Amino acid sequence: MSRNPYVRPVSKTGWWLKQPRYMRYMSREVTCIFIGALAMLMLWGLKRLSEGPAAYETFLASLRSPPGVLMLLLILAFSVHNATSWFNVTPKAMPVQIGEEFLAGKYIVGAHYAVWLLASLVVLLMAGVF
Amino acid sequence: MAKSNKPIFWSLFAAGGTLAAFLAPVLALVLLLAAFGRVPSGLGYEQLHAFAAHWFGKLCFLGVITLFLWHAAHRLRVTLHDFGLRQDAKVAVVVYLVAAAGTVLTVLYLVRI
Amino acid sequence: MTPLKQRLVQLEVLRYDPEKDKAPRYQNYEVMCNEEWVVLDALTAVKESIDPTLNFRWSCHMAVCGSCGMMVNGEPKLSCHAFLRDYQGVIRVEPLANFPIERDLVTVADDFIDKLKRVKPYLIPKEKKTIEQGEFKQTPAQLMKYRQFSMCINCMLCYAACPEYSLQPKFIGPAAITLAHRYNLDSRDGGRDERQEVIATNEGVWECSFVGACSEVCPKAVDPAGALQQVKVASTLDWFKEHLLPGGKK
Repeated sequence: MSRNPYVRPVSKTGWWLKQPRYMRYMSREVTCIFIGALAMLMLWGLKRLSEGPAAYETFLASLRSPPGVLMLLLILAFSVHNATSWFNVTPKAMPVQIGEEFLAGKYIVGAHYAVWLLASLVVLLMAGVF
Repeated sequence: MAKSNKPIFWSLFAAGGTLAAFLAPVLALVLLLAAFGRVPSGLGYEQLHAFAAHWFGKLCFLGVITLFLWHAAHRLRVTLHDFGLRQDAKVAVVVYLVAAAGTVLTVLYLVRI
Repeated sequence: MTPLKQRLVQLEVLRYDPEKDKAPRYQNYEVMCNEEWVVLDALTAVKESIDPTLNFRWSCHMAVCGSCGMMVNGEPKLSCHAFLRDYQGVIRVEPLANFPIERDLVTVADDFIDKLKRVKPYLIPKEKKTIEQGEFKQTPAQLMKYRQFSMCINCMLCYAACPEYSLQPKFIGPAAITLAHRYNLDSRDGGRDERQEVIATNEGVWECSFVGACSEVCPKAVDPAGALQQVKVASTLDWFKEHLLPGGKK
């Protein structure tokens, strides 16, 4: 009897389309494009800020353009997706053992959401939104 | 096989990701308000310039922009790998160079304010 | 006593004869099953009454031995743990993904076994003790620290689910790294440095991108994804100690 193992080929580009859980994974991963875009947007704003009031006004004006609004909406959506998916997995990476028990994940996740709310309120306050 | 040097990039990714998780949505929201014509007072030239001139403001700008950049760079490296672009070493050099350039520029602009 | 309800089950099974076939091919079977049966029972009924040439691994039939892993409708499952009542229509049964097919539903598990060996999955005691010196003692709290990760039955479903393993066969993989972590967390163990040489590498934990599919398919709730993230954190702290502290760890 001879052996002739068969190796099934796997698509290097399309594997993630094969299962919903892989597509969900990719949706988390691509949030980085929008975090990066936000960083570059803020960097651009910082540059304009350093160049004086007129230059900074052009930055604010560019935000008001349709592409600017669209980009910010996408950034908002994907950064929220990043936040929720990030918070939901933190108990796995940092388990908290108390005696013989482990702190239930929901407390760790809940604490993150609480901090998220607090941080957001602080930023809104500092930005003078209210 | 030798131990990896990924930890340094991974820790920047993790720090940036945590910071982005907490702050990116509200920052996007604030910018979105400005985009809809309701520029919050803190985003006006006078106030924002004063904020950036202060050491605390500089720290915020530096921390947020650079950590977001390094987070995005490392995650993009992994994502491109997942999408089938397998020349990991070359991709790594490109993405980290961009993040490094962004870091340098952030410092440069902050120093000018 | 009410008779057990029967159901005519249709299976679409990936067959492969290494001596005759150039490539695997599907074969359909129709077999009468009891409605509370599992896929393994259906396969057994096929083998006993329709096609004795059908090959598949199994042993305990109760999800503790890890032998019967296969793909059921594209999902890694233990065939003894895949209940017919959860499936409608034709049930597609294939050998476990990401492993070479030996014959029919039997895969070549050698790569996994090699990787298990490489991570030194045994106690390397912190302090050598003779029998006379007595046993190693461990509190319940110390046991709980690693207990979840000791529940692995080596069924390889996590390797079938892991896309990084499918793209990079050198990846040491979820179960092996989780097992290394299990020993690293054991209070009696002193072999962490040795295991880090194996798992803190690019083909070790750093190939993992936290897809999390491994934990989703694990039949024993081991949570290998969690273990690997913990290994990343520990390895990162090591890296900083070794590279930034004067006279580091090495």
